[in-house]
Amino acid sequence: MLRSRWTKGAVFLLCLLPFARLAWRFHTGDLTPNPIEFVTHFTGDWAIRFVVATLAISPLRKLLHLPDLIRFRRMFGLFAFFYATLHFATWFGLDKFFDTHEILADFTKRRFIIAGLVAYLSMVPLALTSTKGWIRRLGGRRWQLLHRLIYVTGIAVVVHYYWLVKSDIRLPVFYGSLVAVLLAYRTAAALWTRRAPAVS
Amino acid sequence: MLINKSPDIRYSEVTPKALYFNRRKFLTAIPAAFLGARAFAGTKLPNLAKSSFSTSEAQNSFNDVTHYNNFYEFGVPKDAPARYAQNFKTNPWTLSVEGAVAKPHKYSIDDLMHLAPLEERIYRHRCVEGWSIVVPWAGYSLSALLKQAEPTPKAKFVAFESYYDPGQMPLARQSGLDFPYIEGLRMDEAMHPLTMLTLGMYGETLPPQDGAPVRLTVPWKYGFKSAKSLVKIKLVEKQPPCTWNIANPQEYGFYSNVNPAVPNPRYSQATERRLGEFRRRPTLPFNGYADQVASLYNGMDLRKYY
Repeated sequence: MLRSRWTKGAVFLLCLLPFARLAWRFHTGDLTPNPIEFVTHFTGDWAIRFVVATLAISPLRKLLHLPDLIRFRRMFGLFAFFYATLHFATWFGLDKFFDTHEILADFTKRRFIIAGLVAYLSMVPLALTSTKGWIRRLGGRRWQLLHRLIYVTGIAVVVHYYWLVKSDIRLPVFYGSLVAVLLAYRTAAALWTRRAPAVS
Repeated sequence: MLINKSPDIRYSEVTPKALYFNRRKFLTAIPAAFLGARAFAGTKLPNLAKSSFSTSEAQNSFNDVTHYNNFYEFGVPKDAPARYAQNFKTNPWTLSVEGAVAKPHKYSIDDLMHLAPLEERIYRHRCVEGWSIVVPWAGYSLSALLKQAEPTPKAKFVAFESYYDPGQMPLARQSGLDFPYIEGLRMDEAMHPLTMLTLGMYGETLPPQDGAPVRLTVPWKYGFKSAKSLVKIKLVEKQPPCTWNIANPQEYGFYSNVNPAVPNPRYSQATERRLGEFRRRPTLPFNGYADQVASLYNGMDLRKYY
Protein backbone atom coordinates (compact mmCIF):
# COMPACT_ATOMS: atom_id res chain seq x y z
CA MET A 1 0.00 0.00 0.00
CA LEU A 2 2.86 2.37 0.85
CA ARG A 3 4.15 1.99 -2.69
CA SER A 4 0.96 3.13 -4.35
CA ARG A 5 1.01 6.42 -6.18
CA TRP A 6 -2.36 7.13 -4.60
CA THR A 7 -0.96 6.84 -1.09
CA LYS A 8 1.58 9.50 -1.81
CA GLY A 9 -1.09 11.79 -3.20
CA ALA A 10 -3.32 11.16 -0.22
CA VAL A 11 -0.53 11.86 2.27
CA PHE A 12 0.31 15.05 0.39
CA LEU A 13 -3.28 16.24 0.72
CA LEU A 14 -3.33 15.27 4.41
CA CYS A 15 -0.23 17.38 4.98
CA LEU A 16 -2.02 20.32 3.38
CA LEU A 17 -5.02 19.98 5.68
CA PRO A 18 -3.63 22.25 8.42
CA PHE A 19 -3.04 24.93 5.81
CA ALA A 20 -6.56 24.46 4.49
CA ARG A 21 -7.91 24.76 8.01
CA LEU A 22 -5.97 27.96 8.54
CA ALA A 23 -7.27 29.36 5.26
CA TRP A 24 -10.82 28.44 6.27
CA ARG A 25 -10.46 30.11 9.66
CA PHE A 26 -9.10 33.18 7.91
CA HIS A 27 -12.03 33.12 5.51
CA THR A 28 -14.60 32.87 8.33
CA GLY A 29 -12.82 35.45 10.50
CA ASP A 30 -12.17 32.83 13.16
CA LEU A 31 -8.57 33.70 13.98
CA THR A 32 -9.04 34.74 17.66
CA PRO A 33 -8.79 38.34 18.90
CA ASN A 34 -5.06 38.27 18.04
CA PRO A 35 -4.95 36.82 14.51
CA ILE A 36 -1.25 37.42 13.84
CA GLU A 37 -0.26 35.65 17.03
CA PHE A 38 -2.64 32.82 16.24
CA VAL A 39 -1.23 32.32 12.74
CA THR A 40 2.32 32.47 14.09
CA HIS A 41 1.62 29.79 16.68
CA PHE A 42 -0.43 27.64 14.32
CA THR A 43 2.23 27.53 11.60
CA GLY A 44 5.00 27.09 14.17
CA ASP A 45 3.18 24.12 15.71
CA TRP A 46 2.91 22.42 12.34
CA ALA A 47 6.50 23.19 11.40
CA ILE A 48 7.79 21.48 14.54
CA ARG A 49 5.46 18.50 14.03
CA PHE A 50 6.74 17.99 10.51
CA VAL A 51 10.36 18.31 11.63
CA VAL A 52 9.74 15.55 14.17
CA ALA A 53 7.89 13.47 11.56
CA THR A 54 10.81 13.84 9.13
CA LEU A 55 13.28 12.77 11.80
CA ALA A 56 11.07 9.80 12.65
CA ILE A 57 11.05 8.30 9.13
CA SER A 58 14.46 6.63 9.11
CA PRO A 59 14.15 4.97 12.56
CA LEU A 60 10.58 3.86 11.82
CA ARG A 61 11.65 2.31 8.48
CA LYS A 62 14.04 0.06 10.30
CA LEU A 63 12.02 -0.61 13.43
CA LEU A 64 8.80 -1.37 11.57
CA HIS A 65 10.56 -3.01 8.59
CA LEU A 66 8.80 -0.60 6.26
CA PRO A 67 11.53 0.62 3.90
CA ASP A 68 8.93 2.24 1.66
CA LEU A 69 8.35 4.92 4.26
CA ILE A 70 11.34 6.63 2.64
CA ARG A 71 8.93 7.86 -0.03
CA PHE A 72 7.50 10.31 2.48
CA ARG A 73 10.68 11.65 4.02
CA ARG A 74 11.32 14.38 1.48
CA MET A 75 7.64 15.30 1.47
CA PHE A 76 7.54 15.69 5.25
CA GLY A 77 10.79 17.64 5.19
CA LEU A 78 9.45 20.00 2.55
CA PHE A 79 6.19 20.43 4.47
CA ALA A 80 8.24 21.27 7.57
CA PHE A 81 9.97 23.91 5.47
CA PHE A 82 6.63 25.08 4.04
CA TYR A 83 5.07 25.64 7.48
CA ALA A 84 8.31 27.07 8.84
CA THR A 85 8.39 29.54 5.95
CA LEU A 86 4.82 30.62 6.69
CA HIS A 87 5.78 30.90 10.36
CA PHE A 88 8.88 32.97 9.61
CA ALA A 89 7.09 35.15 7.07
CA THR A 90 4.22 35.81 9.49
CA TRP A 91 6.65 36.95 12.14
CA PHE A 92 8.80 38.95 9.76
CA GLY A 93 6.12 40.49 7.60
CA LEU A 94 2.96 40.65 9.68
CA ASP A 95 4.13 40.78 13.29
CA LYS A 96 7.21 42.95 12.80
CA PHE A 97 5.97 44.45 9.53
CA PHE A 98 9.48 44.35 8.01
CA ASP A 99 10.76 46.59 10.79
CA THR A 100 14.40 45.72 10.13
CA HIS A 101 15.58 47.72 13.12
CA GLU A 102 13.53 45.69 15.57
CA ILE A 103 14.16 42.45 13.69
CA LEU A 104 17.92 42.95 13.90
CA ALA A 105 17.59 43.69 17.61
CA ASP A 106 15.65 40.45 17.99
CA PHE A 107 18.31 38.51 16.07
CA THR A 108 20.99 39.69 18.44
CA LYS A 109 19.16 39.93 21.74
CA ARG A 110 16.33 37.41 21.96
CA ARG A 111 17.68 33.95 22.40
CA PHE A 112 14.48 32.21 21.33
CA ILE A 113 14.52 34.17 18.07
CA ILE A 114 18.18 33.24 17.48
CA ALA A 115 17.34 29.56 18.00
CA GLY A 116 14.37 29.90 15.64
CA LEU A 117 16.56 31.56 13.03
CA VAL A 118 19.15 28.77 13.31
CA ALA A 119 16.37 26.22 12.88
CA TYR A 120 14.99 27.96 9.81
CA LEU A 121 18.33 28.66 8.15
CA SER A 122 19.41 25.06 8.68
CA MET A 123 16.38 23.97 6.65
CA VAL A 124 17.07 26.19 3.65
CA PRO A 125 19.95 24.16 2.11
CA LEU A 126 18.01 20.96 2.78
CA ALA A 127 14.97 22.23 0.93
CA LEU A 128 17.10 23.55 -1.94
CA THR A 129 18.99 20.28 -2.40
CA SER A 130 16.00 18.01 -1.92
CA THR A 131 15.73 17.08 -5.60
CA LYS A 132 17.09 14.01 -7.35
CA GLY A 133 19.27 16.29 -9.46
CA TRP A 134 21.00 17.66 -6.39
CA ILE A 135 21.58 14.20 -4.97
CA ARG A 136 23.36 13.37 -8.24
CA ARG A 137 25.29 16.59 -8.33
CA LEU A 138 26.50 16.30 -4.76
CA GLY A 139 26.94 12.56 -4.76
CA GLY A 140 25.09 10.34 -2.33
CA ARG A 141 27.61 10.50 0.49
CA ARG A 142 28.05 14.26 0.47
CA TRP A 143 24.32 14.77 0.08
CA GLN A 144 23.67 12.55 3.07
CA LEU A 145 26.28 14.37 5.12
CA LEU A 146 24.70 17.73 4.28
CA HIS A 147 21.26 16.46 5.18
CA ARG A 148 22.39 15.57 8.67
CA LEU A 149 21.76 19.29 9.20
CA ILE A 150 18.22 18.16 10.04
CA TYR A 151 19.63 17.10 13.43
CA VAL A 152 20.57 20.71 14.04
CA THR A 153 17.06 21.73 12.93
CA GLY A 154 15.48 19.26 15.35
CA ILE A 155 17.48 20.51 18.31
CA ALA A 156 17.10 24.19 17.38
CA VAL A 157 13.30 24.05 16.98
CA VAL A 158 12.92 22.46 20.40
CA VAL A 159 15.24 25.01 22.01
CA HIS A 160 13.34 27.79 20.19
CA TYR A 161 10.05 26.53 21.60
CA TYR A 162 11.42 25.91 25.07
CA TRP A 163 12.87 29.41 25.31
CA LEU A 164 9.67 30.91 23.96
CA VAL A 165 7.16 29.59 26.49
CA LYS A 166 6.73 31.47 29.75
CA SER A 167 5.99 28.77 32.28
CA ASP A 168 4.05 25.89 30.75
CA ILE A 169 6.89 23.76 29.36
CA ARG A 170 4.87 20.62 28.66
CA LEU A 171 4.79 20.84 24.86
CA PRO A 172 8.44 21.85 24.35
CA VAL A 173 9.44 19.01 26.68
CA PHE A 174 7.21 16.62 24.75
CA TYR A 175 8.74 17.51 21.38
CA GLY A 176 12.17 17.62 23.00
CA SER A 177 11.75 14.06 24.24
CA LEU A 178 10.74 12.88 20.78
CA VAL A 179 13.72 14.55 19.15
CA ALA A 180 16.02 13.19 21.87
CA VAL A 181 14.78 9.64 21.35
CA LEU A 182 15.08 9.91 17.55
CA LEU A 183 18.62 11.29 17.74
CA ALA A 184 19.62 8.80 20.44
CA TYR A 185 18.42 5.99 18.20
CA ARG A 186 20.67 7.21 15.41
CA THR A 187 23.65 7.54 17.71
CA ALA A 188 23.11 4.04 19.05
CA ALA A 189 22.65 2.63 15.54
CA ALA A 190 25.81 4.37 14.29
CA LEU A 191 27.86 3.09 17.22
CA TRP A 192 26.48 -0.39 16.66
CA THR A 193 27.35 -0.54 12.96
CA ARG A 194 30.76 0.91 13.60
CA ARG A 195 31.49 -1.76 16.17
CA ALA A 196 29.93 -4.61 14.25
CA PRO A 197 32.73 -5.13 11.66
CA ALA A 198 35.38 -5.12 14.41
CA VAL A 199 33.59 -7.92 16.17
CA SER A 200 33.28 -10.16 13.12
CA MET B 1 -11.67 41.89 11.72
CA LEU B 2 -13.32 43.41 14.70
CA ILE B 3 -15.09 46.69 14.93
CA ASN B 4 -14.23 48.79 17.92
CA LYS B 5 -16.87 50.70 19.77
CA SER B 6 -16.78 54.40 19.32
CA PRO B 7 -15.10 55.87 22.41
CA ASP B 8 -17.78 58.43 23.11
CA ILE B 9 -20.55 55.88 23.61
CA ARG B 10 -20.60 54.70 27.18
CA TYR B 11 -22.59 51.83 28.54
CA SER B 12 -24.59 54.20 30.72
CA GLU B 13 -25.65 55.95 27.56
CA VAL B 14 -26.86 52.82 25.82
CA THR B 15 -28.95 51.52 28.68
CA PRO B 16 -32.45 51.08 27.29
CA LYS B 17 -34.72 53.95 28.22
CA ALA B 18 -37.33 51.73 29.85
CA LEU B 19 -34.74 50.20 32.12
CA TYR B 20 -33.31 53.58 32.87
CA PHE B 21 -36.62 54.94 34.05
CA ASN B 22 -37.25 51.78 35.96
CA ARG B 23 -34.23 52.36 38.12
CA ARG B 24 -35.71 51.49 41.50
CA LYS B 25 -36.82 48.10 40.32
CA PHE B 26 -33.48 47.66 38.67
CA LEU B 27 -31.54 48.37 41.85
CA THR B 28 -33.59 46.01 43.96
CA ALA B 29 -32.93 43.33 41.36
CA ILE B 30 -29.21 43.41 42.05
CA PRO B 31 -29.23 41.73 45.49
CA ALA B 32 -31.51 39.05 44.09
CA ALA B 33 -28.98 38.32 41.41
CA PHE B 34 -26.31 38.11 44.10
CA LEU B 35 -28.29 35.40 45.87
CA GLY B 36 -28.14 33.07 42.89
CA ALA B 37 -25.94 30.04 43.47
CA ARG B 38 -23.99 30.61 40.26
CA ALA B 39 -21.62 33.43 39.53
CA PHE B 40 -23.36 36.75 39.20
CA ALA B 41 -21.33 37.77 36.20
CA GLY B 42 -23.22 39.84 33.71
CA THR B 43 -25.32 41.75 36.24
CA LYS B 44 -25.74 45.30 35.00
CA LEU B 45 -24.14 48.02 37.06
CA PRO B 46 -26.30 51.09 36.59
CA ASN B 47 -25.36 54.69 37.23
CA LEU B 48 -21.61 54.38 36.89
CA ALA B 49 -20.02 57.77 37.42
CA LYS B 50 -17.74 59.03 34.66
CA SER B 51 -14.09 59.40 35.46
CA SER B 52 -11.56 61.98 34.36
CA PHE B 53 -9.00 59.16 34.27
CA SER B 54 -10.73 57.63 31.26
CA THR B 55 -8.99 57.57 27.92
CA SER B 56 -10.90 58.60 24.83
CA GLU B 57 -9.21 55.87 22.79
CA ALA B 58 -11.42 53.30 21.10
CA GLN B 59 -12.46 50.51 23.43
CA ASN B 60 -11.88 46.91 22.55
CA SER B 61 -14.92 44.76 22.02
CA PHE B 62 -16.39 42.85 24.96
CA ASN B 63 -15.77 39.70 22.96
CA ASP B 64 -12.02 40.40 22.68
CA VAL B 65 -11.64 41.13 26.35
CA THR B 66 -13.55 37.99 27.35
CA HIS B 67 -11.94 35.57 24.88
CA TYR B 68 -8.30 36.49 25.11
CA ASN B 69 -7.28 36.04 28.72
CA ASN B 70 -4.26 35.20 30.79
CA PHE B 71 -5.80 33.53 33.84
CA TYR B 72 -3.52 30.53 34.27
CA GLU B 73 -5.65 28.99 37.00
CA PHE B 74 -8.12 28.18 34.22
CA GLY B 75 -5.55 27.05 31.64
CA VAL B 76 -2.67 28.63 29.75
CA PRO B 77 -4.05 29.12 26.21
CA LYS B 78 -5.67 32.52 25.75
CA ASP B 79 -9.05 30.96 24.94
CA ALA B 80 -8.99 28.54 27.89
CA PRO B 81 -10.35 30.83 30.64
CA ALA B 82 -13.42 31.71 28.55
CA ARG B 83 -14.16 27.99 28.36
CA TYR B 84 -13.13 26.66 31.72
CA ALA B 85 -14.01 29.51 34.09
CA GLN B 86 -17.73 29.59 33.28
CA ASN B 87 -18.81 27.64 36.36
CA PHE B 88 -16.41 29.41 38.70
CA LYS B 89 -18.30 29.91 41.97
CA THR B 90 -17.92 33.51 43.06
CA ASN B 91 -20.83 33.70 45.45
CA PRO B 92 -20.50 33.83 48.40
CA TRP B 93 -17.17 35.61 48.34
CA THR B 94 -14.98 37.12 51.02
CA LEU B 95 -12.19 39.61 50.55
CA SER B 96 -10.12 39.90 53.70
CA VAL B 97 -8.23 43.12 54.40
CA GLU B 98 -5.68 42.45 57.09
CA GLY B 99 -2.12 42.92 58.32
CA ALA B 100 -0.78 46.29 59.38
CA VAL B 101 -4.19 47.94 59.72
CA ALA B 102 -6.20 49.22 62.65
CA LYS B 103 -9.44 47.84 61.27
CA PRO B 104 -9.06 44.47 59.58
CA HIS B 105 -12.28 43.34 57.99
CA LYS B 106 -13.75 40.61 55.83
CA TYR B 107 -15.81 42.16 53.03
CA SER B 108 -18.57 40.57 51.01
CA ILE B 109 -19.05 41.65 47.40
CA ASP B 110 -22.18 43.46 48.51
CA ASP B 111 -20.06 45.42 51.01
CA LEU B 112 -17.57 46.29 48.29
CA MET B 113 -20.30 47.33 45.85
CA HIS B 114 -21.43 49.95 48.36
CA LEU B 115 -18.12 51.00 49.85
CA ALA B 116 -17.62 53.85 47.39
CA PRO B 117 -19.45 55.15 44.31
CA LEU B 118 -18.73 52.91 41.33
CA GLU B 119 -17.03 54.70 38.48
CA GLU B 120 -16.47 53.70 34.90
CA ARG B 121 -12.81 54.14 34.04
CA ILE B 122 -11.61 53.41 30.54
CA TYR B 123 -8.01 52.30 30.91
CA ARG B 124 -5.32 51.06 28.61
CA HIS B 125 -4.13 47.59 29.60
CA ARG B 126 -0.69 46.46 28.37
CA CYS B 127 0.39 42.85 28.69
CA VAL B 128 4.06 41.98 29.13
CA GLU B 129 3.64 39.75 26.06
CA GLY B 130 3.31 42.76 23.80
CA TRP B 131 -0.43 43.15 23.26
CA SER B 132 -2.77 45.73 24.66
CA ILE B 133 -6.45 46.46 25.04
CA VAL B 134 -8.67 49.36 26.13
CA VAL B 135 -11.24 48.35 28.72
CA PRO B 136 -14.04 50.23 30.47
CA TRP B 137 -13.62 48.97 34.01
CA ALA B 138 -16.08 49.60 36.83
CA GLY B 139 -14.92 50.19 40.37
CA TYR B 140 -13.16 52.80 42.45
CA SER B 141 -9.71 53.69 43.73
CA LEU B 142 -8.25 50.96 45.92
CA SER B 143 -7.32 53.73 48.33
CA ALA B 144 -10.99 53.98 49.38
CA LEU B 145 -10.83 50.45 50.75
CA LEU B 146 -7.35 50.81 52.23
CA LYS B 147 -8.23 54.06 54.00
CA GLN B 148 -11.20 52.38 55.61
CA ALA B 149 -8.87 49.74 57.05
CA GLU B 150 -6.67 52.50 58.55
CA PRO B 151 -3.14 51.40 57.69
CA THR B 152 -0.62 51.61 60.55
CA PRO B 153 2.86 53.16 60.09
CA LYS B 154 4.19 49.65 59.54
CA ALA B 155 2.26 49.34 56.29
CA LYS B 156 4.91 49.86 53.60
CA PHE B 157 3.67 47.40 50.97
CA VAL B 158 0.42 45.73 50.02
CA ALA B 159 0.28 42.00 49.26
CA PHE B 160 -2.54 40.64 47.13
CA GLU B 161 -3.69 37.06 46.97
CA SER B 162 -6.00 35.50 44.38
CA TYR B 163 -8.44 32.71 44.99
CA TYR B 164 -7.14 29.20 44.42
CA ASP B 165 -9.09 25.98 44.52
CA PRO B 166 -7.50 23.01 42.71
CA GLY B 167 -10.98 21.44 42.51
CA GLN B 168 -12.40 24.33 40.51
CA MET B 169 -9.10 25.04 38.78
CA PRO B 170 -7.75 21.64 37.73
CA LEU B 171 -5.75 23.13 34.83
CA ALA B 172 -3.74 25.37 37.14
CA ARG B 173 -1.16 22.67 37.76
CA GLN B 174 -0.28 22.49 34.06
CA SER B 175 0.78 26.11 34.00
CA GLY B 176 4.08 25.63 35.76
CA LEU B 177 3.29 28.43 38.22
CA ASP B 178 2.77 28.15 41.97
CA PHE B 179 -0.68 29.06 43.24
CA PRO B 180 -2.37 30.88 44.84
CA TYR B 181 -1.35 33.78 42.64
CA ILE B 182 0.25 36.50 44.69
CA GLU B 183 1.13 40.06 43.76
CA GLY B 184 2.31 43.19 45.49
CA LEU B 185 2.53 46.95 45.30
CA ARG B 186 4.39 49.58 47.23
CA MET B 187 2.08 51.50 49.58
CA ASP B 188 2.22 54.70 47.52
CA GLU B 189 1.43 52.74 44.35
CA ALA B 190 -1.51 51.05 46.03
CA MET B 191 -2.80 54.39 47.32
CA HIS B 192 -2.43 56.10 43.95
CA PRO B 193 -5.87 57.14 42.67
CA LEU B 194 -5.32 55.34 39.34
CA THR B 195 -4.99 52.00 41.14
CA MET B 196 -8.41 50.46 41.02
CA LEU B 197 -10.41 47.92 42.94
CA THR B 198 -12.40 46.60 40.03
CA LEU B 199 -15.83 44.99 40.32
CA GLY B 200 -17.03 45.19 36.77
CA MET B 201 -16.38 46.02 33.14
CA TYR B 202 -18.49 47.15 30.19
CA GLY B 203 -21.16 48.24 32.63
CA GLU B 204 -21.58 44.78 34.15
CA THR B 205 -20.11 42.72 36.94
CA LEU B 206 -16.88 40.97 35.96
CA PRO B 207 -17.07 37.79 33.87
CA PRO B 208 -15.27 34.88 35.57
CA GLN B 209 -12.44 34.80 33.03
CA ASP B 210 -11.64 38.46 33.68
CA GLY B 211 -11.18 38.02 37.42
CA ALA B 212 -14.66 37.91 38.95
CA PRO B 213 -15.88 39.01 41.36
CA VAL B 214 -13.21 41.53 42.35
CA ARG B 215 -9.77 42.27 40.93
CA LEU B 216 -7.01 44.79 40.91
CA THR B 217 -6.32 47.14 37.99
CA VAL B 218 -2.99 48.97 37.86
CA PRO B 219 -2.97 50.55 34.41
CA TRP B 220 0.67 51.73 34.29
CA LYS B 221 2.09 48.28 35.02
CA TYR B 222 2.18 45.13 32.91
CA GLY B 223 -1.08 43.24 33.14
CA PHE B 224 0.13 40.45 35.40
CA LYS B 225 0.42 42.95 38.26
CA SER B 226 -3.37 43.36 38.19
CA ALA B 227 -4.26 40.25 40.17
CA LYS B 228 -7.66 38.66 39.56
CA SER B 229 -10.31 37.16 41.85
CA LEU B 230 -8.89 38.66 45.03
CA VAL B 231 -9.46 36.99 48.40
CA LYS B 232 -6.83 38.71 50.51
CA ILE B 233 -5.23 42.12 50.76
CA LYS B 234 -2.56 42.24 53.41
CA LEU B 235 -0.64 45.35 54.39
CA VAL B 236 2.92 44.45 55.22
CA GLU B 237 6.26 45.98 56.14
CA LYS B 238 8.51 44.18 53.65
CA GLN B 239 8.27 43.85 49.87
CA PRO B 240 6.02 40.86 49.31
CA PRO B 241 6.85 37.96 46.95
CA CYS B 242 5.05 37.91 43.58
CA THR B 243 4.17 34.85 41.49
CA TRP B 244 5.87 35.76 38.19
CA ASN B 245 8.83 37.25 39.97
CA ILE B 246 9.35 33.95 41.78
CA ALA B 247 8.95 31.99 38.54
CA ASN B 248 11.41 34.08 36.55
CA PRO B 249 13.05 36.99 38.39
CA GLN B 250 15.14 38.13 35.39
CA GLU B 251 12.04 38.78 33.34
CA TYR B 252 9.38 39.92 35.78
CA GLY B 253 10.52 42.45 38.33
CA PHE B 254 8.57 43.56 41.37
CA TYR B 255 7.77 46.93 39.81
CA SER B 256 7.06 45.83 36.23
CA ASN B 257 6.11 49.31 35.12
CA VAL B 258 5.36 49.49 31.42
CA ASN B 259 8.64 50.75 29.98
CA PRO B 260 9.52 50.71 26.28
CA ALA B 261 13.16 51.43 27.14
CA VAL B 262 13.68 48.33 29.25
CA PRO B 263 13.40 45.16 27.18
CA ASN B 264 12.31 41.88 28.61
CA PRO B 265 14.71 39.07 27.59
CA ARG B 266 12.06 37.70 25.25
CA TYR B 267 10.07 40.77 24.22
CA SER B 268 11.53 44.10 23.16
CA GLN B 269 8.68 46.09 24.82
CA ALA B 270 9.29 49.01 22.44
CA THR B 271 6.05 48.30 20.60
CA GLU B 272 2.75 46.59 21.21
CA ARG B 273 -0.18 45.31 19.23
CA ARG B 274 -3.52 46.75 20.24
CA LEU B 275 -5.97 43.91 19.70
CA GLY B 276 -7.94 44.69 16.57
CA GLU B 277 -5.14 46.66 14.95
CA PHE B 278 -2.86 45.34 12.26
CA ARG B 279 0.30 47.36 12.82
CA ARG B 280 2.18 47.52 16.08
CA ARG B 281 2.15 50.85 17.86
CA PRO B 282 4.87 52.35 20.02
CA THR B 283 4.57 51.54 23.71
CA LEU B 284 4.41 54.59 25.97
CA PRO B 285 6.35 54.98 29.23
CA PHE B 286 4.11 53.94 32.12
CA ASN B 287 1.59 52.90 29.49
CA GLY B 288 0.75 56.54 28.83
CA TYR B 289 0.16 57.37 32.51
CA ALA B 290 3.59 58.97 33.07
CA ASP B 291 2.10 62.37 33.96
CA GLN B 292 0.24 60.82 36.86
CA VAL B 293 2.70 58.23 38.15
CA ALA B 294 6.27 58.96 37.00
CA SER B 295 6.91 61.00 40.15
CA LEU B 296 6.42 57.88 42.27
CA TYR B 297 9.74 56.67 40.93
CA ASN B 298 11.83 59.83 41.13
CA GLY B 299 15.47 59.03 41.66
CA MET B 300 14.99 55.33 40.95
CA ASP B 301 16.97 53.56 38.26
CA LEU B 302 14.14 51.98 36.31
CA ARG B 303 16.55 49.62 34.56
CA LYS B 304 17.50 48.19 37.91
CA TYR B 305 14.01 48.29 39.37
CA TYR B 306 12.25 46.87 36.32
